[in-house]
Amino acid sequence: MGERLSIKTERDEQQLFNSRATVAAVIVLCALLAIVLRLYLLQVEGYAHYTTLSEKNYQKHIPEPPTRGQIYDRNGVLLADNEPQYVLEIVRDRVEDQNNDKNRTLADLDILLERLDKIVPLSEKEVRIFKQQVRRRSRYRPTLLKEALTEEEVAMFAVNKARFAGVNLQRRMQRYYPLREIAGHTVGYVGRIDERDLNNLDRQEYAGTSHIGKSGIEAAYEERLHGTTGYTKVRVDAHGQHQDVIAHEPPVAGQNLILSLDIRLQLKAESLLKGERGAIVAIEPRTGEVLALASVPAFDPNLFVDGISHKNYKALLSDPDRPLYNRALQGAYPPASTIKPMVAMAGLHEKVIWPDKTIYDPGFYRIPGHRHRYRDWKRSGHGMVDLDHAIAESCDTYFYDLAYRMGIDKFSAYMQGFGFGKPTGIDLPSESGGLMPTPEWKQRRHGQTWYPGDTVNIGIGQGYWLATPLQLAHATATVAMRGKRIRPRVLRGYREAKGKPLAVLEPEILDSVSVADSSHWSAVIDGMVNVMHSSYGTARRSGKDAAYEMAGKTGTAQVFGLAQNARYDASKLEKRLHDHALFVGFAPVENPRIAVSVIVENGGGGSSTAAPLARKIMDAYLLEKYNQEQQQAEEEIAVLGVRGD
Amino acid sequence: MISQLLPPYVLRMVQRIDPVLLAALSLLAFWGGVTLYSASHESIRVLNRQAVHFGIGLVSLLLFSQIRSKTLKQFAVWLYGAGIILLILVLLAGVTKNGAQRWLYVGINFQPAELMKLALPMMLAYYFSDKSLPPKLSDIVIALLLIGLPAFLIIEQPDLGTALLIAISGLFVIYLAGISWWLIGGALLAFSIAVPLMFFYAMHDYQRQRVLTLFNPEMDLQGSGYHIYQSKIAIGSGGFYGKGWLEGDQSHLDFLPERHTDFIFAVFGEEFGFVGNLLLLGLYIFIIWRGLYIASKGEDTFARLLAGSLSLTFFIYLLVNTGMVSGVLPVVGVPLPLVSYGGTSIVTLMTAFGIIMGMKKRKRIYQAEN
Repeated sequence: MGERLSIKTERDEQQLFNSRATVAAVIVLCALLAIVLRLYLLQVEGYAHYTTLSEKNYQKHIPEPPTRGQIYDRNGVLLADNEPQYVLEIVRDRVEDQNNDKNRTLADLDILLERLDKIVPLSEKEVRIFKQQVRRRSRYRPTLLKEALTEEEVAMFAVNKARFAGVNLQRRMQRYYPLREIAGHTVGYVGRIDERDLNNLDRQEYAGTSHIGKSGIEAAYEERLHGTTGYTKVRVDAHGQHQDVIAHEPPVAGQNLILSLDIRLQLKAESLLKGERGAIVAIEPRTGEVLALASVPAFDPNLFVDGISHKNYKALLSDPDRPLYNRALQGAYPPASTIKPMVAMAGLHEKVIWPDKTIYDPGFYRIPGHRHRYRDWKRSGHGMVDLDHAIAESCDTYFYDLAYRMGIDKFSAYMQGFGFGKPTGIDLPSESGGLMPTPEWKQRRHGQTWYPGDTVNIGIGQGYWLATPLQLAHATATVAMRGKRIRPRVLRGYREAKGKPLAVLEPEILDSVSVADSSHWSAVIDGMVNVMHSSYGTARRSGKDAAYEMAGKTGTAQVFGLAQNARYDASKLEKRLHDHALFVGFAPVENPRIAVSVIVENGGGGSSTAAPLARKIMDAYLLEKYNQEQQQAEEEIAVLGVRGD
Repeated sequence: MISQLLPPYVLRMVQRIDPVLLAALSLLAFWGGVTLYSASHESIRVLNRQAVHFGIGLVSLLLFSQIRSKTLKQFAVWLYGAGIILLILVLLAGVTKNGAQRWLYVGINFQPAELMKLALPMMLAYYFSDKSLPPKLSDIVIALLLIGLPAFLIIEQPDLGTALLIAISGLFVIYLAGISWWLIGGALLAFSIAVPLMFFYAMHDYQRQRVLTLFNPEMDLQGSGYHIYQSKIAIGSGGFYGKGWLEGDQSHLDFLPERHTDFIFAVFGEEFGFVGNLLLLGLYIFIIWRGLYIASKGEDTFARLLAGSLSLTFFIYLLVNTGMVSGVLPVVGVPLPLVSYGGTSIVTLMTAFGIIMGMKKRKRIYQAEN
């Protein structure tokens, strides 16, 4: 191994250093080129990405909630309004040092709240919730302290405002239903947005909104009523403090909705049912517009706006009369004899009967070859009956026979043509479809085969058949329109804003009811007229002295199954087992302007209980043009409005 | 000529300064001041204090540029020895800040590691100056021990980052002294085998986690990852031309932490963009090149090794800081040289450049005037 010379040579060392320094310089260049490459990736390739992140850092959207649209009846009576509500909020950062310890801490807040309590009383719950919230929120953003300040509290605070830096009095709009329970089911209510709502809505659109339509029109037309949220785009620093405004987009208020309801008629319907459980539906046959949709008992939707108290909610839920339940849409009842005109149309169409066909009614019906007696409501029988008498006198035997000979398949199919068995598609949520039974349904539901006896019962609207008051009114309107079906609707039109023109919605025409011969309509309607106006009609007392010609049909639905030969004796039965009283009708016959269905739960006979109510509704709508009642109703509304404050 | 107006001794002092390097340093200081003004939310106070730092640094540069290599060499051992003693004193009686014991109180808080940044390369350059180069293996081992001692003392403070940087400045001397490429290759190979082995077999899970976070800070967005996340946003959103001076959202809206100290490069990148970054790095490269150039013109081996090592150390600071701020290197507290706010770093670096200038071979003409 050759030892190197240990004599230092300046030149060699200089050369060695120079070569090392050169290599080092190259490494320096390469390393810094790597940094340049990195910067290129960040600043040129990643520019868009990092610009977005940067904007996300400093840009903040502050939503401005739109004013919710108002709801009016067809005559401009206000049904849902927004009223100002005052709330107290605290911005922690603006709260001054209260205990002079030169520090602004949560302890200062406690002192502030104590001082504030002497001006505006704060409940323990309000303070507790506030303290929970304030810890979580940015110190620069307001935290809610107290809602719904009284006028007195607002005044007291306003006077003392200067002493409470950081405490803000804010004005908010809150939903308010001046008519309270009148049309409450239909108008519905708004409530606080909950977890379930959050999953279904556009969070950005609802960023500044606290309430959302929960039921009725409020829910069905949430989109129209809500409007468009505006926003202010501000620059904020890392601590969330606002620096300046970058952009501003004002909110667009929701549409004002004009319902087809005539609130005077609605009020009339509700007062007619007062003390009962029941429903009245009135439809304008030509347009499908719902004039009244009463379900009694009702509830005050204002209770729900600010979150109903546990006690109130429990009371509503446990009320045996079920006020939360909208009978007009959700109540499924045996339609009983009210559907005989439609059944007659089916029989005529299928040529099972014809207008002058007569049968002999001994007071009961027997399926050929069977012993079981299907009893007529008239124990002695109607004797010889044709179609007119069968409808006017509501002869059960006639329709037992008709249904039996027609068979369930054709029967069901034809009745579905009137809208039975499925929701009408009215513009309100949670509508029930009732039940139009078929053999397949029975097999599926009960695992049993369809018996001919089932068909016989269906013939008089009993058995498995269930219909809602709305379906009955809709089917009656269809008869009035001689088969032309129009979807029932509660929204008549809308205005983009107050003072803007009213946009009226077009009626939605559905498939017509098929008829072999259009004269069949006249035959059936004549029978319905004779229900009201003939000496033998079941509702002749209600049709007496009417100023217009009306057509109708009574019905009495059994709630309690009677034994083969037992008699129905109302006085011996508990009220809840009494029959349901039903009635359907329309008027005037030549130019139908109103179709009505009435049901009074456990109200007894259709002719005695339900028909008179329908007559009063029709009188109210068709006569006097409300001259007196209008005034009366408006007075009542005015009184209610004042009381609601 | 101005030169004739000055007294001869002042003229001689000024002539020792390398005008090219000083011009480049001044440009960097000026640009740094401009950036600092923006980074400090337009604070004149901060700017003034930084000016004072540079003033002191300039005086130090002027003084050290007068010292010839032969003179400095005589102090190397003493400085190194004093540095070691002070480092031991720090461990025994130092001031503790943020959980680390790095300072000695001598009227002001003084960080002995800062002295070591200059003393260690000096010591090693001195050690190799009378050895035959390339160095023998035994010389290298002794040199490594000389590096290891202060490095160990600084790790104990604990300050791993500074220890590594100081050790690297020593390794640069060994490299420039001409250590065999085989040894360098072997060392790198051993290192690259040992590190994964240690990572997978010798470390606890939590240690491994810390190493991973160090190299991938975005795993920990609450802690150091937040710095890197925000500084990447700042640099990236600067784009090609930058948002403009005083227009950086990230820095002016407080999203960027430590924006006038260690992370000032992100402020620069945000406001002056890719173009600005290229120019800035170009200026740094020029300064490093000039330092190496002066080193190659050194009076003797000591001068060359010391000036070369200090120039390369300057580069390492630059690389570690820009690499950290742009998110490719782990977060260690290294300022952007001569731009970040902070007196100690500026005075040390200016002193280093004074030393570099002093290492340059004297031309005969000056000696003739003596």
